[in-house]
Amino acid sequence: MLGTVYAILFYVATLILLIGVVRKIRIYARVPAPLKIPTTPAPKTRGGVVLRVFREVVFFESLYKSNKWIWLFGWVFHMALWLVLARHLRYFTQPVWGWVEIVQPFGTYAGFAMLAGLAGLWARRILVERIRYISNPSDHLMLALLMGIGASGAMTRFVAHTDIVAVKAYMLGLMRFRVGDLPADPTLLVHLGLVIVLMIVFPISKLLHAPGVFFSPSRNQVDNPREVRHVAPWAAKMEN
Amino acid sequence: MADGDTQVPELAFPLDIPCLKRGAMEGTKPFVAQAEHQAKLGFPGALVPDWKDKALAKMQELAEKNRAFQVYLDICVKCGACTDKCHYFLGTGDPKNMPVARQDLLRSVYRRYFTFAGKHFPWLVGARDLTEDVLNEWYSYYHQCSECRRCSVFCPYGIDTAEITMAAREILDSVGVGQKYSNEIIGKVKDIGNNLGLNPKALRATLEDLEEDIEDDTGVSVRLPLDEKGADILLVTPSADFFAEPHIEGLIGYAKVFHEAGVSWTLSSYASEAANFGLFIGSYENMREISLRIRKAAQDLGVKRIIFGECGHAWRVAYSFLNTLAGPWDFLDQSYPVPQHILEFTWDEIQKGTLNLDPSRNDHIRLTYHDSCNVARASGMGDYPGGQFEIPRNVIRAVCNNFFDMEPDTIREATLCCGGGGGLLTDDLMDLRIKGSAPRMKALQNVTEEHGVTHMAAICAICKTQFGKVMPKYGYEMDAILSVHQLVSNAIILTGQDGEDEDEAEDA
Ligand code: HEM
Ligand code: SF4
Ligand code: SF4
Repeated sequence: MLGTVYAILFYVATLILLIGVVRKIRIYARVPAPLKIPTTPAPKTRGGVVLRVFREVVFFESLYKSNKWIWLFGWVFHMALWLVLARHLRYFTQPVWGWVEIVQPFGTYAGFAMLAGLAGLWARRILVERIRYISNPSDHLMLALLMGIGASGAMTRFVAHTDIVAVKAYMLGLMRFRVGDLPADPTLLVHLGLVIVLMIVFPISKLLHAPGVFFSPSRNQVDNPREVRHVAPWAAKMEN
Repeated sequence: MADGDTQVPELAFPLDIPCLKRGAMEGTKPFVAQAEHQAKLGFPGALVPDWKDKALAKMQELAEKNRAFQVYLDICVKCGACTDKCHYFLGTGDPKNMPVARQDLLRSVYRRYFTFAGKHFPWLVGARDLTEDVLNEWYSYYHQCSECRRCSVFCPYGIDTAEITMAAREILDSVGVGQKYSNEIIGKVKDIGNNLGLNPKALRATLEDLEEDIEDDTGVSVRLPLDEKGADILLVTPSADFFAEPHIEGLIGYAKVFHEAGVSWTLSSYASEAANFGLFIGSYENMREISLRIRKAAQDLGVKRIIFGECGHAWRVAYSFLNTLAGPWDFLDQSYPVPQHILEFTWDEIQKGTLNLDPSRNDHIRLTYHDSCNVARASGMGDYPGGQFEIPRNVIRAVCNNFFDMEPDTIREATLCCGGGGGLLTDDLMDLRIKGSAPRMKALQNVTEEHGVTHMAAICAICKTQFGKVMPKYGYEMDAILSVHQLVSNAIILTGQDGEDEDEAEDA
């Protein structure tokens, strides 16, 4: 019963996540950028732009220039998030990939780093008057959601130990469209429930920044407007 | 608005973050355009009856035509990194002048009508209905943004509030609520060819007067040609260069450089304006129409090259957009960039050694340099990233012995706006202009204290005009603002000019 309810939720959430994000990416890719608007100084070559976007995505370069505290908390949170996600791959693969084995020990403790980063961001959101002013309820809820996922996840491991072998069998089954039994462990159910909520809100929330950052014209355009004409299809129609 | 009542902000240091003063700038708004101004640009003359539907339709159209609009409205995470980056926030403390809060004025409406979360859970994501109050709020705060892009530099996704401001102004124009200052000026360019409404006869007379002045000054005859067919170079310069100080000294500088370089050049009475206020109101169509005047002038005069004079936003439109809006430029000489900046030209000539320069003629000046936003963050110079910072400084160092930069976090890509850009250089916004210039002025005061700086140079007509007005409020003479080519003009010794006998080069 429990296994079936969560299976349905997982399938629905996965569909919403995939369709929602793919739809948004298609819109971002299709809508033209009518003018060259890179924030200069900007790279003059494609390769340079790839490097620029790489530095933004991996190091949060502009954020570093902007505000060291937000950078510190934000960067720690995101990098820890990736480690945690990588570690979770072990529940979806059999045999477990070699590199996942390697990050495993780091991934376990990255969970705490992630919580610390999120706590720092939340503290700023509450304590810094300017950031409090620009926050909506959804901004606080997003942090609550992620902290809830992180905290419940850590509890399944360090407090109320979950039968992780059974969870893995359940997940591997779901991937092959076979619905098995899920341990009726409250912390685990909360953890998985919150992940499902995250998957559903992803394509309708500010989490779109993850795909969106690659489409920001001020960061992804080559600074060569004098050399290359850049005419949007709708603007080309004016020319004749 | 009487600027007498403006409280000149006292900042402890240039980037001093104020406490929030809610509603501090609420009443501030520029004069609204009249029907006649609107008509010339193809906009309705007054608020249309079905304005709400029209505005939402325009918003939808922008989301489909402009990737920046769509992506920027979606992806802001409200991290707050941009909140202390806007000079208008630093100068006024009004939280709606924080870049993300400025975006939110429009984002809240976009969310309400175009996103799932905003349609069904408006209270959760700060979505709100479009009402007449919202429209008024847009008119006020989207005319408190100079489209300077400082926020874009510091946002982790490069979200550029200037793009949102332009979109908002476009929406406002489309429902009949335009800004008088910008729209009236665009109309003048369409009618007469320049922002000032200076007709060809008056322009010719002005140029002849200038030729006489130069000859009186130097004993050398230097020409300022107008509408000369077959000249090699078309110079397009902001019309302020024809009549106001210190702009006009810059124009004299260009003429001297061309003279010494031995090139043939001309101005055009048809395209007698580098400025393109179509940018400020976010109107691709108007920006294109104004740009096409330059194309026509270049073709009619049969020139081989186009060079732009000192103007910030004009250089953005020229460098970043001209090829797109009015190209291809295949009929021009391809061995030079199209278009070129006058500083690129002058720096080339300095390197070639064609100019006889005596920097000691500027020894009465202790100088700093203001990077103009649109040059710094929206365009380039030379063939490497950052040329727009180096080339002006290279030229300055070649003509002036006492040069001192302001603090690093207030120059180059982090430069602070003069406070008057983006269509705000109008007397009805004087209070905002004085407050918005406070961070820049504080940085200037700091180099004055540290290095005894007396003058500041700029390469933007708007910056020069704005500084001429606001510097007196901060304890400087109004002529403490200089054109870069004015310094060149001071230092240059023309062939045949008796360098030693000249009296002290005048300082403005
Ligand atoms: C390409 C991948 C991603 C990049 C480059 C990226 C980058 C950033 C940056 C630069 C910030 C602002 C600084 C901060 O507040 O941390 C941010 C905020 C945030 N990111 Fe990401 N991110 C990515 C993926 C994700 C994913 C997958 C999630 C969650 C599942 C996420 C959740 C968040 C949240 C919740 C915030 C707001 C934090 C706050 O409230 O202050 N990000 N992201
Ligand atoms: S820095 Fe960018 S993402 Fe952060 S609040 Fe400002 S606009 Fe939004
Ligand atoms: S573009 Fe400049 S004036 Fe406008 S919000 Fe950003 S920093 Fe402020």
